[in-house]
Amino acid sequence: MTTQQVAAISNLRHKDLLGISDLTPDEIVLILDTAEAMREIGDRPIKKVPALRGKTVVNLFFEASTRTRTSFEIAEKRLSADTLNIAAQTSSLVKGETLVDTALNLEAMAPDMIVLRHAYSGACHLLSRICRAGIINAGDGMHEHPTQALLDAFTIREHKKRIKGLKVAIVGDLLHSRVLRSNVQLLTKLGADVWVSGPPTLMPPGIERAGVTPTTSVDEAVEGADVVMLLRVQLERMQGAFFPSLREYFTVFGMTRERMRRAKHDAIIMHPGPMNRGVEIDSDVADGPYSVILEQVANGVAVRMAVLYLLAGGVEHEAAA
Amino acid sequence: MKRLLRGGRVVDPMNGRDGHFDILIDGDRIALVGKNLPADGATVIEVPAGFVVTPGLFDMHVHLREPGQEHKETVATGTASAVAGGFTAVACMPNTSPINDNAGVTEYILQKAAQANLARVFPIGAVSKGSNGDQLADIAELRAAGCVGISDDGRPVKTALLMRRALEYAGMFGMPVLEHCEDPSLKGEGVAHEGYHASALGLRGIPGVAESIMVQRDVALAEVTGASVHICHMSAATSLRAVREGKEHGARVTCEVAPHHFTLTDESLAAPVSYDTNMKMNPPLRATSDRDEMLKGIVDGSVDVIATDHAPHHYDEKKMEFDLAPFGIVGLETCVSICFDRLVHTSLIRLPRLVELLSANPARVLNIPGGTLSEGALADVSILAPDLSVTIDPTKFRSKARNTPFGGWQFRGGVAATIVGGRTVYVNEAATGAERFQ
Repeated sequence: MTTQQVAAISNLRHKDLLGISDLTPDEIVLILDTAEAMREIGDRPIKKVPALRGKTVVNLFFEASTRTRTSFEIAEKRLSADTLNIAAQTSSLVKGETLVDTALNLEAMAPDMIVLRHAYSGACHLLSRICRAGIINAGDGMHEHPTQALLDAFTIREHKKRIKGLKVAIVGDLLHSRVLRSNVQLLTKLGADVWVSGPPTLMPPGIERAGVTPTTSVDEAVEGADVVMLLRVQLERMQGAFFPSLREYFTVFGMTRERMRRAKHDAIIMHPGPMNRGVEIDSDVADGPYSVILEQVANGVAVRMAVLYLLAGGVEHEAAA
Repeated sequence: MKRLLRGGRVVDPMNGRDGHFDILIDGDRIALVGKNLPADGATVIEVPAGFVVTPGLFDMHVHLREPGQEHKETVATGTASAVAGGFTAVACMPNTSPINDNAGVTEYILQKAAQANLARVFPIGAVSKGSNGDQLADIAELRAAGCVGISDDGRPVKTALLMRRALEYAGMFGMPVLEHCEDPSLKGEGVAHEGYHASALGLRGIPGVAESIMVQRDVALAEVTGASVHICHMSAATSLRAVREGKEHGARVTCEVAPHHFTLTDESLAAPVSYDTNMKMNPPLRATSDRDEMLKGIVDGSVDVIATDHAPHHYDEKKMEFDLAPFGIVGLETCVSICFDRLVHTSLIRLPRLVELLSANPARVLNIPGGTLSEGALADVSILAPDLSVTIDPTKFRSKARNTPFGGWQFRGGVAATIVGGRTVYVNEAATGAERFQ
């Protein structure tokens, strides 16, 4: 951690992780530093520590997810938490129960933490008001996906040894992306120069107020970039015509090897997945030498272990144990 | 029975009065207004210093929810809420279940209002059958049953053609069309004002132009037909611009603004981030520039009416994800306090202008008597307490519903008592001296 920021604090004073917007730069760095230590656990022959022994963590997923849910579950198990998974199709939501009632029923069984993914923005805020359990946001609508931004930052820091001063280009379906919103919060808090690019119809209104530079020119965004992050075109969240066709989208906004030449020679390519190959990203780029897409997935486990550990009490928790 | 309200400050802009007068009420009518009236057998009520006597306030945009949605509000609870808010009359919107698109529903509402015997209720009938925007409702029958205007509120009138015909047809009776202006395609699935805050919160936006594009359409149609259109719950600066232009060109267009739209902005969603569904209403809380333009319109006269868009919902319905919760907040019991605090005590307007906005103008827009303290008029009188210190406590609302963003807010100004047809229907125990009106 030579040139990296080192956390000036040793604990998170939060019950929940609802979004990056609630975190200070110091807290972000603390999570990233803690994740460094957590990653080592995954390299051991016995990948398990007792940090969350006796804690119950519920993974409550109201939207399909493979990567994030698996990543959380592995992280929880490596910390020895008792975990259970509730997916929307098996919950009583199909019987017409409200989110609040589902949460209150879970709460009655005294879980320590609830990891929530939900199709609507603000669902985690709603739960945090009614639950004693800590709420971890695993993606709420178009609002935030904080652990994704944290694992992205972890991956960037690993390659670039810093975040401050880097030019980061985020390209794709900006409007519907919770990954964008969390990354914009995090990267601007840590001093990156963030450019966002996509069709004007998918540009969130007022985004310039978030401290980023919006442009519809992908070439301009990518020019001299240290990091190029692509966002999935979220066809399932789109109503109406935002662009003429996927083919035209690829022509105008797709990331090709040719476009990547404008970035720095050692730029890294990121994507939160799942990828639409041939839409926002050419396979050449996704599978190319600068792609860190699978590293992002690997780092997700360590970052989520850090979040779970710190929210459960971190250092204080261990001292009391 | 005669009652003499003696010595209070009387603000009655229609009669050009703002000063200390006595008002003699005989039965349900105002018998005399003047200085030093003899008691002449009447019960004398000395109006406490600091109280203001005004013509009965009239909220021309209220959802009473009955028939069909009695879990949210009933005519009885809604009119109890009205009189507690200083209103002697309300106009109720037709989006009940069933829709008030026929005389039977109108008569039912009026029967419930007569049973409640609190505020006067003036039903608004539907423009189209089922408010579906396809076929005109039986407007003459609605009028005969007691409707004073027509609206498909909650929805805009779907096509320009139907709006034109509604204006022409209702114009025959001198009835205005009250329009909920909103282009459905521009609104889409939006739940908050389109702008930075909605973007940051991941909420789909409703742009101001979704409203103003239809205001422009309706102003143009009012001009062509010569009939009266009234723009409901206006929120966007560009809408007010269209209204002003229409007025300049002689179109018969009037408009109303709700207290939350001249008080709050979309920043309320973000500070702090809570996804509080009591901040969810349609039209949404807009940008500061829009809010400021609404205030400007209230000051310069281009806004005709303040109406609350009182939209009660059951707490279960609001305790939901922001996207899933219904639009709307209650307004009857907070309106007067907000108006005093934000408009009068800030010196933006003077009290006579406020009485115009809350009493005389809504009566004029709907062509109904009221809004004055003229001799011979119905004795609908609001007694206001401009300096009363008020803390909004939703648990004390007379409304069935509690969905307000103003819970815990402190305001200077409130209601002392409400008199409908010469009969005191509400006394605010928190206002010292109000008990005299009992």
